[in-house]
Amino acid sequence: MTLIPNSEADAAYIIRNAANDGKKLALCGGNTRAGFGNSAEPAEMMNSTGLSGIVDYEPAEMVMTVKAGTPVAEIEATLAANRQIMAFEPMDHRGVMGTLGEPTIGGVFAANVSGPRRFVSGAARDSLLGIRFINGRGEAIRAGGRVMKNVTGLDLVKLLAGSQGTLGFLTEVTFRVLPVPQTAETIVISGLDDAAAAKAMAAAMALPVEVSGAAHLPQTVRFRFLGGALPSGEATVLRLEGLAASVSVRAEKLAAVMEAFGPVSRLGLEESQTLWRQIRDVYPYSDGTLKPVWRVSIAPSAGHQLVAALRLETGVDAFYDWQGGLVWMRMEADPEADLLRRYIRALGGGHATLLRASDAVRAQTQAFEPAPDAVAALSARVKQKLDPAGIFCPGKMG
Amino acid sequence: MADTISFLKPRESVLSRRAAIIADLTELLPPECLVHEARELVPFETDAFVSYRRLPLAVALPKTTAQVAAVMKYCNRYGIPVVPRGAGTSLSGGAIPQEDAVVLGLSKMSRILEVDYANRTATVQAGVTNLNISEAVGIDGFFYAPDPSSQLACTIGGNIGMNSGGAHCLKYGVTTNNLLGVKMVLVDGTVIELGGKHLDAAGYDLLGLVCGSEGQLGIVTEAVVRLIAKPEGARPVLFGFDTSEHAGACVADIIGSGIIPVAIEFMDKPAIEICEAFAHAGYPLDVEALLIVEVEGSEAEMDAMLKAIVEIAGRHGVKTVRESQSATEAALIWKGRKSAFGATGRIADYICMDGTVPLGKLSYVLNKTSEIIDRFGLRVANVFHAGDGNMHPLILFNANDPEDAARAEEAGNEILKLCVDAGGCLTGEHGVGIEKRDLMRHQYSEADLNQQMAVRYAFDEDWILNPSKVFPLDGRPAA
Repeated sequence: MTLIPNSEADAAYIIRNAANDGKKLALCGGNTRAGFGNSAEPAEMMNSTGLSGIVDYEPAEMVMTVKAGTPVAEIEATLAANRQIMAFEPMDHRGVMGTLGEPTIGGVFAANVSGPRRFVSGAARDSLLGIRFINGRGEAIRAGGRVMKNVTGLDLVKLLAGSQGTLGFLTEVTFRVLPVPQTAETIVISGLDDAAAAKAMAAAMALPVEVSGAAHLPQTVRFRFLGGALPSGEATVLRLEGLAASVSVRAEKLAAVMEAFGPVSRLGLEESQTLWRQIRDVYPYSDGTLKPVWRVSIAPSAGHQLVAALRLETGVDAFYDWQGGLVWMRMEADPEADLLRRYIRALGGGHATLLRASDAVRAQTQAFEPAPDAVAALSARVKQKLDPAGIFCPGKMG
Repeated sequence: MADTISFLKPRESVLSRRAAIIADLTELLPPECLVHEARELVPFETDAFVSYRRLPLAVALPKTTAQVAAVMKYCNRYGIPVVPRGAGTSLSGGAIPQEDAVVLGLSKMSRILEVDYANRTATVQAGVTNLNISEAVGIDGFFYAPDPSSQLACTIGGNIGMNSGGAHCLKYGVTTNNLLGVKMVLVDGTVIELGGKHLDAAGYDLLGLVCGSEGQLGIVTEAVVRLIAKPEGARPVLFGFDTSEHAGACVADIIGSGIIPVAIEFMDKPAIEICEAFAHAGYPLDVEALLIVEVEGSEAEMDAMLKAIVEIAGRHGVKTVRESQSATEAALIWKGRKSAFGATGRIADYICMDGTVPLGKLSYVLNKTSEIIDRFGLRVANVFHAGDGNMHPLILFNANDPEDAARAEEAGNEILKLCVDAGGCLTGEHGVGIEKRDLMRHQYSEADLNQQMAVRYAFDEDWILNPSKVFPLDGRPAA
């Protein structure tokens, strides 16, 4: 049975009782990100889909308040009608995870889900201004607010963002939105190997042209994008967005510099939009299999080194977003968690999250990067302060 | 000296052992890193919230993370309060010490450790000044975005403590949006690292929690910050209006139109006069309200944006439009704005409020603010970040007149409550410190505050880190 509270008070009541009875709850929204985290202890499902709807939206203030279970699609449609967007481009995980259902905004923030623009415009957590949530005692807590600058008290908003439903049950979120860029264009540099692409992307980011997407799509994945329409060879893609007059000027400038790296071609608005949505949603690995998929966050210049090192020892396919700092990896067979994490440490640090794998593999693999002892102990103390009885998603994150 | 805001009662167990504590600290630090003579302690008795002063027990000025850890471990063992300090530019009293506290100053840790252009990061010690970072990388075409007005003096450690903002945050975000990692000493002396050159946290976002925690969760000794490629050009433009309402409505319209300038700054007539007299920036003196709107990018892009903004301003009866004609003029315009607090300090004592309100409420809050100020028989100069609703009324008073000072504090409190009631918050970028501590219940419920304090306990069970700040002194739950 799934618990579906219809109001914040309902949710608080259920949680208060669960805490008293020591009953565990698995919190979720639309559950399209089922499978995130460690195989958790058995728990009763509780979702936020009964808390849905836009509470307050002032387009002129670029701020929206919605109940946590509101479908992302509904929010995007309302924003689009006012020519606004969520700048952090929340990824849709249904393809790669093989899940069904409707992603909710609560799920987006609970998992801190961002997309290609994240490396310049910030993550979901950077757009999140305020929240209401129920803590593990069944108390309704408000943190943050609805203004863009707010340093009043401890920033529990950041803490709850990305806590994967282990610290509290989100009931309402307030976030910043931005105007839709008037237009977008993508510069494609063809035929660069991973190392050369890393150099090209770093060079692009050093120019005053405001690149808002920088990805590298090696041969093995390139044909999967835009129905195979990208020019042959590896594709290093750079997105420019903004006022039309400005984008064309910047595109000329960027193309002129990139020609030193390889042949350059350009994609217009429509192809650009499709391409970046496919990158965002990890289209090449939305393959209906359970081959392990890793999401690695690392220093941009180290991404390709990590993949090169792994290739010598195991079967791995990979492509890069965030200037190389976000590496999507599909392993041929074994997830090779220890090997992967050893290399990440050797390359200066970062973290690997096992996104997809068979149940058998997941049962034996730490889904989230294990923290050093002192940080793990601190995190456990923080969890204890929000969920003293340990009823929210036990085992999912630790 | 004002005395409305109280501090925690000094711990007798600490005061009585003063000599022994200093002797012990002498063992932990080189002689040049410890200050304990009464006369030498005076510079540390307050920060930029000068109405309150407390002489600390001692001041430690460590040079290494290991020394910070040693001092922290020692103080934790003996229950000695620790007040972290960067450059002491806090406007909310965040760095004001107390009689039983050791001030932990990071000013000797002021080296830029690494600049990494391939990854667009700088790794710096906590005592590096904000402006130093941008100056170090400027020649290579990069900058560090958050730009508090005190950026010449304030340190990155202090910026992290307060999650500082600045004029250009409208486009680039505040400190928390530009911070990638920290090295930090926990209360028991353990050294941890959060984040790094990669994005987003593994596990809980402790980095996000630490940023803006006002030195209550640990001592940050190093930081990795994000660098951004400098725009091709930037152009500030002055827009003068006959009324504050017109200026306020113009701001809301600019943002609502989908144009996001890098900065939109507001000044009212008193502020214009004060800043012009100081900086000679060419601000128009015949208007009631002034907006400084800065756009950036290529010439074509700036032209296009400015054209649209001028058109919007026209609809709001703009009286003067003046574009900066040279880099020198542009610099003067910003010099005037960024010296606003200092220039005000030349003509009167002042306290600076920092509430943020929703953009649609700007005019309403400005009007109500003047009503409050009139009622108390005071004067106010308004200068603030209009694009994000972060208001800075500077309330002028005479510090030598205790009644005047008390009136100013009271008026300030009313203005902050007004900001909260209008849907905003007590502080947008200066922090709670001691200044707004006793107003926290106006913004948060008991349960909200208890939850924040509970999380604070997870870091510092005995409340020795900057203990008189942020949370009201009464009603703190037991561990």
